[in-house]
Amino acid sequence: MSIEPILFYIFSTILVLASVAVVTVRNPVYAALCLVLAFFTCAAVWLLLEAEFLALVLILVYVGAVMVLFLFVIMMLDINLVRSKEGFIKYLPAGGFVAILILIEMCVVLGPENFGIEITGEPLKHAADYSNTKELGVTLYTQYAYPFEIAGALLLLAIVAAITLTMRRRPDSKYQDPAEQVSVRRDDRVRIVKMAAEKKQ
Amino acid sequence: MSKVQYYLKSFLLWELLLGLKLTGKYFFKTKITVQYPEEKTPQSNRFRGLHALRRYPNGEERCIACKLCEAVCPALAITIDAEPRDDGSRRTTRYDIDLFKCIYCGFCEEACPVDAIVETRVFEYTFESRDESVMTKEKLLAHGDVHEKQIAADRAQDAKFR
Amino acid sequence: MIELLLSIWNLVPEALQTLLIIILKIVVIAVPIMLSVAYITLAERKVIGFIQVRIGPNRVGPRGLLQPIADGLKLMMKEVIIPTNANRFLFVIAPLLALAPALACWAVIPFADGWVLADIDAGLLYVLALSSLGVYGLIIAGWASNSKYAFLGSIRSAAQMVSYEIAMGFALVGVLMAAGSMNLSAIVESQSGSFLHWFWLPLFPLFLVYFIAGLAETNRAPFDVAEGESEIVAGFHVEYSGMAFALFFLAEYANMILISILTAIMFMGGWLSPFQGIPLLEDLFAFVPGIVWILAKTSFLLFLFLWFRATFPRYRYDQVMRLGWKVFIPITIVWILVIGVGVMAELGPWFD
Repeated sequence: MSIEPILFYIFSTILVLASVAVVTVRNPVYAALCLVLAFFTCAAVWLLLEAEFLALVLILVYVGAVMVLFLFVIMMLDINLVRSKEGFIKYLPAGGFVAILILIEMCVVLGPENFGIEITGEPLKHAADYSNTKELGVTLYTQYAYPFEIAGALLLLAIVAAITLTMRRRPDSKYQDPAEQVSVRRDDRVRIVKMAAEKKQ
Repeated sequence: MSKVQYYLKSFLLWELLLGLKLTGKYFFKTKITVQYPEEKTPQSNRFRGLHALRRYPNGEERCIACKLCEAVCPALAITIDAEPRDDGSRRTTRYDIDLFKCIYCGFCEEACPVDAIVETRVFEYTFESRDESVMTKEKLLAHGDVHEKQIAADRAQDAKFR
Repeated sequence: MIELLLSIWNLVPEALQTLLIIILKIVVIAVPIMLSVAYITLAERKVIGFIQVRIGPNRVGPRGLLQPIADGLKLMMKEVIIPTNANRFLFVIAPLLALAPALACWAVIPFADGWVLADIDAGLLYVLALSSLGVYGLIIAGWASNSKYAFLGSIRSAAQMVSYEIAMGFALVGVLMAAGSMNLSAIVESQSGSFLHWFWLPLFPLFLVYFIAGLAETNRAPFDVAEGESEIVAGFHVEYSGMAFALFFLAEYANMILISILTAIMFMGGWLSPFQGIPLLEDLFAFVPGIVWILAKTSFLLFLFLWFRATFPRYRYDQVMRLGWKVFIPITIVWILVIGVGVMAELGPWFD
């Protein structure tokens, strides 16, 4: 037996356990860290699929940047654990209903009749010099060039929108402008006055 | 023009390079470190270190228990008790300097009319228990006996400025 | 004797054999790194001492050469204090999280032609991904310590590292455009020629940005606001002591060496001799093996780290952020465009 299935089962077990922990763990910081673990093992599973570019980008973007900011926010909040558990029973029927609905939907869409191994075919094994990155780039910039550009424009729009929505300049608070501070020259601030030395009387 | 020059300067990190040049120059300078236990910095003859009580050349202690040093001491570190000796002369029975209180200002030495209490060049001393910090009369005299030569030489050198 | 060992070796199953060989290779890489980390601490104290016209540590061993060992012993003997109300598990695991990515990156570093543990295709991406993980150690350490200073320090360093990661990533994009590959060995190969063929010349702004962003990534002076002794005591590791504290230092210095060797690989021709292709000098220096060149380049860059620390005062926090977002990122984007034009025009001698 080759080592790949063993690795796959190890990683997917960790992935499933970590994902369950994300929603069940009490401490939000632990939940965020479990999410990091889930992303990480997910990347490992992708590596087994020879999708090294996607795997590394997942780590770089989600683990290295997004989750860091997430943790940031969670750590700064003083979350009241008791209050967040309040009304668990009250919302259980509605929440359970939505969860089951999503489960059914996912089963219908992602079931074996659409994504089974007979339909998509087994993932191809490639030679050592095969570059997933290059392949991805070629596809992205030829076949999917327009969708890619549109997605990029949308993301830029989202960034600009997020900043304009949240940025409020308060007129009463004083700001430092580092650009202005850095560009200050000596002549702007100091005037050296030459004076004749005073004589002793 | 000056704007262009300014941007050129800041993008080429010109001022940072100047700073690096300066520190780079110091990297090769002769080092001024004094390797302490083996090498020592020169001391002044007015160095104010550990105290001592002096004697006259005939072995008589100088201190006459005038208590001027006790009065002038800003840290209240000196305690003196005095009694007439058998021959009727006024001498101390107790002369304590608490080195924890002492600030080594040298006022006691200046106040002394008979040059009895002095501060020596000794500065390397330690205590292993708290009560050792009090210099008693015996310790002060013994310390003075050991260093008398150096003490006398230092006073002689300084005499014309007094 | 050797035959006996060989026969024992042959008895070992093949899968285990490869595993053992890989472990041996890891040891061969990791042990010198740890040793050089130890001696960089000494070099740092010596260099800073020299610049301040002192002579630095010289008491332990001849010329102070055993100082790092004494320091290490001292730290090992010390008690690891876990503060009350600290999160024990995270508090203990944080130093490991800081150190592990710093060491894992070394798997793809080529030390000479073919001397690499894992010659993977996406080496550059791997390094970028793993070095972005180092920040978790700092954040978790700051939060788990349950101390305001530690938390402030960790927030500062996290924000700083995430910001500079972008500039660093863009600088690497420039490199991979110029080299046409993300494999670090291939990047070195594409720089072959004399030292004028190395990428520092066509990618000069990116070279500067990468190295300065590297300073910021490792929280070294003048970007050490995360430690900021005068403001927040020591930042994220105030509450740490003993070996846990030492692990943070190992991570910081291992990262320093990593940034230096990466700069050497990507901008200064890695193991290539600077005199390649220059008639007389090439033969003169032909006997020098590649590993010496790469180590010499790395050492020079490490010296720059120490030199900078002894020269520049600490940046103010908002200035750090301004430099990262408003200066470095625009510079890198502009220069990526320039490289794009250069690569399309097959501008010699670098891009042909």
